[in-house]
Amino acid sequence: MTDRLTATTAPYTIGVPPFRPGEEADFGGAFKEQPGDLWRPDPATCTSDDSAPHARGLLRVLNDAGEAKGEWDPKLDASELIQGLEYMMRLRIFDDRMIKMQRTGKLSFYMRSFGEEAVAIAQTMALETQDWIFPSYRQPGAQFVRGRDMVSMICHCIGNTEDNVRGRQMPVHYTYKEGRFISISSPVGTQFSQAVGVAMASAYQKKDEVCISWLGDGTSAQGDYHYALNFASTFKPPVILNVVNNQWAISTHANLATGGRTFAERGLAYDIPSFRVDGNDFLALYSITKWARDRASAGMGPTHIEVYTYRAGAHSSSDDPSAYRPNDEAACWPGGDPIQRLKDHLVLIGEWDEEKHEALAQKIDDEVMAAYKEACEFGDLASGPYPPASTIFTEVYETVPWHIQEQREELGK
Amino acid sequence: MPDMNMIKSLNSALSISLKDDPNVVIFGEDVGYFGGVFRVTEGLQKEYGPHRVFDSPLAEGGIAAIAMGMGLNGLRPVAEIQFADYIFPAYDQIVNEIAKLRHRSGGEFSSPVTFRTPAGGGIKGGHHHSQSPEAQFTHTPGLKVVYCSTPYNAKGLLLASIECNDPVIFFEPKRCYRGPFYGDPHNVPTWNGHPDADVPEDHYIVPLEQARIVREGSACTVIAYGTMVHVAEQAIKNSGIDCELIDLQTLVPWDRDTVVNSVKKTGRCVIVHEAPKTSGFGAEMSASVQERCFYHLEAPIQRVTGWDTPFPHTTEWDYLPSPQRIAEAIKKTQEE
Repeated sequence: MTDRLTATTAPYTIGVPPFRPGEEADFGGAFKEQPGDLWRPDPATCTSDDSAPHARGLLRVLNDAGEAKGEWDPKLDASELIQGLEYMMRLRIFDDRMIKMQRTGKLSFYMRSFGEEAVAIAQTMALETQDWIFPSYRQPGAQFVRGRDMVSMICHCIGNTEDNVRGRQMPVHYTYKEGRFISISSPVGTQFSQAVGVAMASAYQKKDEVCISWLGDGTSAQGDYHYALNFASTFKPPVILNVVNNQWAISTHANLATGGRTFAERGLAYDIPSFRVDGNDFLALYSITKWARDRASAGMGPTHIEVYTYRAGAHSSSDDPSAYRPNDEAACWPGGDPIQRLKDHLVLIGEWDEEKHEALAQKIDDEVMAAYKEACEFGDLASGPYPPASTIFTEVYETVPWHIQEQREELGK
Repeated sequence: MPDMNMIKSLNSALSISLKDDPNVVIFGEDVGYFGGVFRVTEGLQKEYGPHRVFDSPLAEGGIAAIAMGMGLNGLRPVAEIQFADYIFPAYDQIVNEIAKLRHRSGGEFSSPVTFRTPAGGGIKGGHHHSQSPEAQFTHTPGLKVVYCSTPYNAKGLLLASIECNDPVIFFEPKRCYRGPFYGDPHNVPTWNGHPDADVPEDHYIVPLEQARIVREGSACTVIAYGTMVHVAEQAIKNSGIDCELIDLQTLVPWDRDTVVNSVKKTGRCVIVHEAPKTSGFGAEMSASVQERCFYHLEAPIQRVTGWDTPFPHTTEWDYLPSPQRIAEAIKKTQEE
C-alpha cells in the first residue's frame, strides 16, 4: 500500500496524494503481498477476527509471472477464463467506442471502466443468476455477464427512442431488470445501504438470493456507506459490500477520503468479515466473491471487500486528470492491467495465444461497431429522434395525476 | 474594467474574501488542488494555502456540519456543494441545525456559513445535475437564499453573502457560468461584451434583499431569477410587449418594495422559474403579490415553471420554460 503522505504543517492535517503533475510517479515496483500469503477460511464459520490479516493484507491469486497460486485459486475451467477475458475485452472496446461517440457529439457524456474491467465482471460471474446487482456507475460490465444486448445499452447512452430509460437519465445510468441489475442513480453511495434492504427482503422471503453492491473509496465518506455496514452488521442479511478503491474520486485522492488505514479494516469494527483484494486480479476477485456468496448462502450474512485497483482513465468525459496527477501514473501502478494479466495467465497455461486474442478483439470490435450503427438508427443525440416529450410526464407516479396531465396538455406534445 | 465570465467573477469574490478576512476558509469536493469541477476555486489553494482552501471527503452532510462547527467558533466558511442536486445529504444539517442555531440558542450562537452550489438545467445533466432546489430552502426559516444571474451580480452577491452573519444558500446558475442563455440551445454566447460582464476587480457589494430591475416597462411585471432572467428577457423581446423584468437576486428575504411597486404600476404579473411548479417559489410570489396588489391586478397572475416531474435528459428543452411559453403567458395577461 502507498504510504499515506500528509502535509503536516499546522493547524490541521491536509492529506495529499502520493504524486502530483510534474512529479515522477513511483509506487515502488511490484506489490509485496504475494498469492498464498493468506489462508482461505471456511466461509460458513469465518469470524471477522479470522479475516483481520485479509483486511490488512492483499488477497491475490495471480502472481507477477501470471501463475495462479495459493488456496484461493478458484480453479476455473479454461472456457470460463476465456469467457471472463471476452467480457472484459468487450467492455473496453465498448467504452472506447462510446467515448468516440461522446467526442463527436453523439452522446452527452460518458464514463469508462478503464482499468477496472475485472471488478464487476469477475464478481458477477461468481454469483448466481438470481442474485441482485446494485451497481454504481462503474460496474456496467455486469450487464454483459447477465446477457444484455449492446444495442440496448447504446440506445440508453444516446437517450434515443429505444432507450429503456426513455431519455430521462444521463448516459451510463443503466437499468436492466431482466438481469437483476438495478437502476443507477447519480448521487453517490445511495445504493449501498439500499442493497442491504434488498438482501433483507431476500432473507424475509426465504429466497436463495444475494445482493452485491459497490461504491468508491471517495464515496465511502458518505453516510450511506456507514449505514450499510451498520445495518448489515446488525441484521446479517446476504449482502456483499464492495469498496472499489481505485484511489481517485475525480481529483480527490483516497488519502483525502479517510485518515484511517485500509478501507477493508473498517468492516472489522462492524464485526463483518473483511477482505482486501487485488482488483486487477480476475481470479482473486472471482474467488473472494464466490466465498462471500457461499457464506451468505449458508446464512452467515454480509462480507465486506475492499477492491484495490486504480482508475486508469479520467473520472468521466468531463474530467481531465492531467490537472491533478502525473500522466504516467496509471502505467506505474503495480497492479497492472486486468485484461493483460488474465491474458498472460491463459497464454501461460497454454489456452490462449496472440492470434486468438487478436481475432477475438477484431470480432468484438466488429460487433460493437455493428451495435453502434444499429443503435444510431433509433436516433443520436446530435440529430435525434428523441423519446417523445410525453415521456417527461409518465411514470412519475403509477398513474398520471390531474396536475401533471394538465401540464402535459399545456406543453401540447 | 475587464470582462469576466461568471466563473471568474465568483473566483474574484472568493479571492477577495480570503485576502480581506483571515477567518474565511473554503472547502468542498475537488475545490482545492484541482480548483473545482467548474473551476470556480481555481488557483485559490495555491495562493492562500492548503489550510484555507481544501478538498474535503465526499460527504455533503459532513461538509455542512463541519462548516457549521467552524462558523460557530469564529471562522467564516464558504463551502461548495458540487451540484445542488447533491445537497440533500446535507439537508438535515442545514435545515435542522444551521438554520435554527441562532434561534434555538437564544441568540448565543450563530454560524455565518455560505454554501455555494451550482444549480439549474440546460447542460444535459438529467435528473441529478439539473435541479433547482431553492424552494426547499426558502421554506426553511433562518436561511437567506440567493440566486445570482450575471457575472456582475454573482460577485457582489457572493461578497455580501460571505460577509452576512446569517447562513446563506447561494445558488449559481451553471448554464450561465460561461455565457448568458436565451432559451435557444444552439445559440451559445459568451459573456464577452455583455454589459453585466463588466466586473470591477475590487471589492463591491450587491446588497442582499434587493431585486434588480433588468428592464423597465409598463404592461406587465415579469419576475425571474437565475438562468430564467435571460430567457425571460428574450421572451419579452419576442412578445413585443413592454414588460418590466425583475431579477429577484435574493429569494429570502425577497425585495417586497420593488416587486409590489412594479405590479401596482403594470397591473399584471408573470413569474418564471425552472423548478417544478407545485410549492415552487413562484407560489410564494404569486400569493404575496395577490395579497399586496389585489386591487391593482388586471389579470390573473401567471406562473411559467418546470413541470411537476423529474428533470429529463434528452428532452430538457421541453422541460425548461422556453421564451415561447413565457411570451404566451405575458400575452395571456394582456387579454383580460
